Order: sequence, then C-alpha cells, then structure tokens
Amino acid sequence: MTLDKKKKIKKILFYVIISIIALLVIVPFLWMISTSLKGREALRTLPIRWIPKDITLDAYKEVINIPNFSFTRAVFNSFYLSIVTTFVSVMSSAMAAFIFAKIPFKGRNVLFSIFLATMMIPGSVTMIPNYIILKHLHLLNTFTGLIIPFIFNAFGVFLLRQHMASIDDAYFEAAAIDGASLVQIFFKVMLPLSKPALAVLAFFVFAGTWNSYLWPLIVLTDRAKYTLQLVLGTMSTRFGNYEHLLMAGSIISIIPIILAYIIIQHFLEEGLNLGGIEG
Amino acid sequence: MYIKNNAQKKITVFLFLLPSVAGLIVFNVVPIISALGLSFFRYDILKPIEDMTYIGLSHYRTLLSSGELRAVLTNTLYYMVMYIPIIIVVSLLLASMLSRKFKGVTVYKVLFYLPVLTSWVAGALIWKWILNGEYGLLNQFLAFFGIQGPSWLTNRVWAMPGIVLASIWKDSGHFALIFLAALIGVNKSYYEAAEIDGAGTWKKFSRITLPLISPIIFLVIIINIIAGFQIFESIFIMTGGGPGNATIVIVERIYKNAFKFYRMGYAAAYSWVLFIIIFVVTYIQFKFKKRWVNYDS
Repeated sequence: MTLDKKKKIKKILFYVIISIIALLVIVPFLWMISTSLKGREALRTLPIRWIPKDITLDAYKEVINIPNFSFTRAVFNSFYLSIVTTFVSVMSSAMAAFIFAKIPFKGRNVLFSIFLATMMIPGSVTMIPNYIILKHLHLLNTFTGLIIPFIFNAFGVFLLRQHMASIDDAYFEAAAIDGASLVQIFFKVMLPLSKPALAVLAFFVFAGTWNSYLWPLIVLTDRAKYTLQLVLGTMSTRFGNYEHLLMAGSIISIIPIILAYIIIQHFLEEGLNLGGIEG
Repeated sequence: MYIKNNAQKKITVFLFLLPSVAGLIVFNVVPIISALGLSFFRYDILKPIEDMTYIGLSHYRTLLSSGELRAVLTNTLYYMVMYIPIIIVVSLLLASMLSRKFKGVTVYKVLFYLPVLTSWVAGALIWKWILNGEYGLLNQFLAFFGIQGPSWLTNRVWAMPGIVLASIWKDSGHFALIFLAALIGVNKSYYEAAEIDGAGTWKKFSRITLPLISPIIFLVIIINIIAGFQIFESIFIMTGGGPGNATIVIVERIYKNAFKFYRMGYAAAYSWVLFIIIFVVTYIQFKFKKRWVNYDS
C-alpha cells in the first residue's frame, strides 16, 4: 500500500470515529424531537419507531395551552429575566473590572483577592440566608429579588479585568489628555475595546440565567411569574408520563440558547483563550 | 495608567465599585456568616423570627449521628468515583480529536457543545425518558444485544450510574473545550522532535501531551470534586433522591430541609458542612498542586 493511500484510509477512519461519537452525543436530541412529534398512544409502542407513523405537532399545541400554567408567559418571563440579569451583571462587572485593571488605589489587590475568594463559596450555602434577606426586604416572589444578587459576579469581574488589563494604556492616555473624565473613558474607550470579552460574559450570564432552576424555584411562588425551567420542572412531576409534552417543552426551551450560541460562537473561542484558563 | 489623584478619581472609584461591593457584602459575606449563625438555631421560616430558639451544636450532632449524612456522602462518593475518571477520559478524547485540523471541525465542536447549552431540567427530562425501564431508548438498545437492562432510575444500585451517564453526556463538551485550549497551548516542536525519534501516536500522547497538560487535568479533577459535592438539578428532576435514599445528596437535602420541611437551621448546618468540605478541597489544591504536577512548559 502506498503511503498516500494509507493516509487517506486513516483520514476516513478518523471521520468515522468522530462521527460515531457525535452521533452518540446528539442521539438524545434526535430522540427528543422524535418523541415530541408523537401522539400520546404512540409513546409506549414497541419496537421503537424513530420516525413516528403519524407525525403530529399536537404535543407543541398542547404544551403551549397546558392547563394551570401560562407557557407563553413563562417564555416571556425567561427572556425578560435573562436579559435584565445579563445587563445588570455585565454592567456592574465591567465597572469594577475597569477600576481593578486600570485605576490604582489603596487596598486594590486585597479587595480583588476577596472578590476571587468568593468564587469558592457555593451558591447553596448562601441560598438560605439570601432567601431570608429577600423575605425581609419584601422581595420574595419578585423578579427584582431574583436578579439583585447577580449584581456581584466575581467570575465576570475576573474575566473582564484580564481582558481590560491587556488593553494598552496609550488609548486612555490619549483620551485623558483630551480632557476626558474617567466615566467618559470607561464608556467611550473601554467598553468599545472590550466588546469580545463583554459578549462572552453576556452569553455566559444569559445562558446561566435562562437555564437556572434552583434559585427561581425558591424565590418564585406565583405561577404567573414562573420561568420556562420552572414550568418544565413542575410539569415533570404532574405530567410525568406525557413524555411527548415534556420533550416538546424541552425543545422550545433549548432553541433560544442554541441560537444565541451560534451567533456568539466566534467570540466564544477568543474568549476561552482570553479567559486565561490556567492551573 | 497615569490618573490624577483628585476628588473626581476617588468618587469614580467609589461609584464604580459600589454595585459589586454592595452585592458582595449583602449577598455573599453576610449570608455566609449568617448561615453559620443560623445553624445554631431552630428556625421555621413560616413562623416569626422571634420564635427562633438557640440550640447550640444540636443540629451538627444530629447530622453526625443520624445515618443520613453518611448516606449522602456515600452517594456523592459513588457518583464521583464513576463520574470523574470517565469525564476525564471522554473529554480528553474529544479534545484530542478536535485539536487536529480537519474539515468541519467547527460543526463537531458545536455538536459536542449542544448538551452543555441544554438546561439541566431539559437534559434530565430527556434522560429520564431514555432510562425508562420498559420503553426507554437505552434498554431497547441493550435488548438488541440480548441484554436485559435494569429499570435504571427506580433501582437502588442503578439509579446513580444512570445519573452519571446523563452527567457525562451533559458535561463532556464543556471539559473538552478546556482540554482543547490546553492541547493547543502545547509547543509543537516537542512532537516534531519525538517524531524524528520515531515515537508513535500513543507514545507522543503519554510521554509529551499528558505530562504537559497535567496541571489542567489536575484542575479539572478539582473542579469536578467541588462540583460533585453540589450536584442537584440532575438528581432532583431524575430521581428526587430516591429510590429510598439511594441518590440523596447534600444540596438536595439543603433544599428539602429548608423549603419542604421548613427546618432552616438544620439546612444551614448542612450548608456549612458543604462549605467546609469545599474549603478543604480548595485548600488542598492550593497547597499541593506544585508537588503533584509538572509545571514546566
């Protein structure tokens, strides 16, 4: 066998293996789609049919009109919450990161170390006191209460600081000489130059909020305020055997995140490197 | 950067740090301390706060003497012993495939990342259905080879492996990207030198790649130990801690005690046990990482 041929076979073999692995990864999604297109009676028939005999969108219609919940309302709630949380969290992180990266002041390193140290504190430890704090602020069962703890985002400050520190001081000095204030420098110079890092952080916060379950589960009690994940979680106990509905609901909940990811993919790859993942 | 140290600078620094620092104090520092305080009290959230009674270390005594904490830790260990080695091997494998330059690499990257983007609620719902004993996809697949699969999530022994399986599917894309960043960072000249010496693929991997990325492997193991003590959504949706107490874990106990049984103090004690465990793991990481792994790259 020639060397060329050997190389070609190796290459084909590589594609076969990686495709098999990719298939294993996406089989659950295909199964989810397949199930969501089935009617109730078709769920429990053997052998398994990947392509349902009678393809129907009934599951989607049913899940949108599910009794006792407002599914469309939940979609809106999830969008609203995720967007506001993202804005609050990214803005507050960027402001702090700017100071940590560029403006020296007494005690800066100590404060930054404290920021980093809090990344170690598990959310499940602060969850109970935070619930009690919100209760006393009368913020339980409100979106404000749900969002407000995310005004502090240690990971966000860290990620943006790393990026901002790498931006050349010359940009700011030029602006400062022209008489710009720090606030102007921040908005007119720093934020535009940090776009990739901001996009990456925004995506992580958006996805994290969109997918979050435990914190909303605790804070929100009013069904009208439920997020998509909460509705899905509640459905799983009440409609446990209606897998076609659960799968249809899950698909609806996944699509926005996948779209956001595809839009931001380019930034993400840069971001992973600038995030400085090191031991 | 040179900035004049005037009043304007001071005010800006203060205002820019204010949101983060306020959030840090109100929602992190105060809670972590008050969680400790709370753990010495009996407190029912439905009753007024004046009804709190001080009971000292009583919650901790109950925790240590009841078999529940032991069950919780055993379950967590059972999970980690299966999950961690598999996630390392699988995500390293994915990463090393993605580190090659080939047509369509981005498509595969996105495909491998899809489960990471999926919420745990949706992921758990899918896997609950896949792991269904009678009609589930997995057992139908096993039946094809004449294997009678267990009724995964309702079986004391197989519930946790079922959760591990779902978690591997969910997380491997995430760690693959972390390993990929590490693999790309390895200096190519090492491989060229090894190839001249006639080293094969496996030799190159075991003698060059593995030692050079050992800090990242170590980091990923630590991340997963810390995350392993905090698994919640997968368990909560897929088994709810059952069958019996076969899959009860710390965060699930914290949630149930606080918000189902209204035993806030007891839940706070649980949460401090979790905090101490994570503190110790993190401390070990800081203390020993230099000794365990090779850092010259």
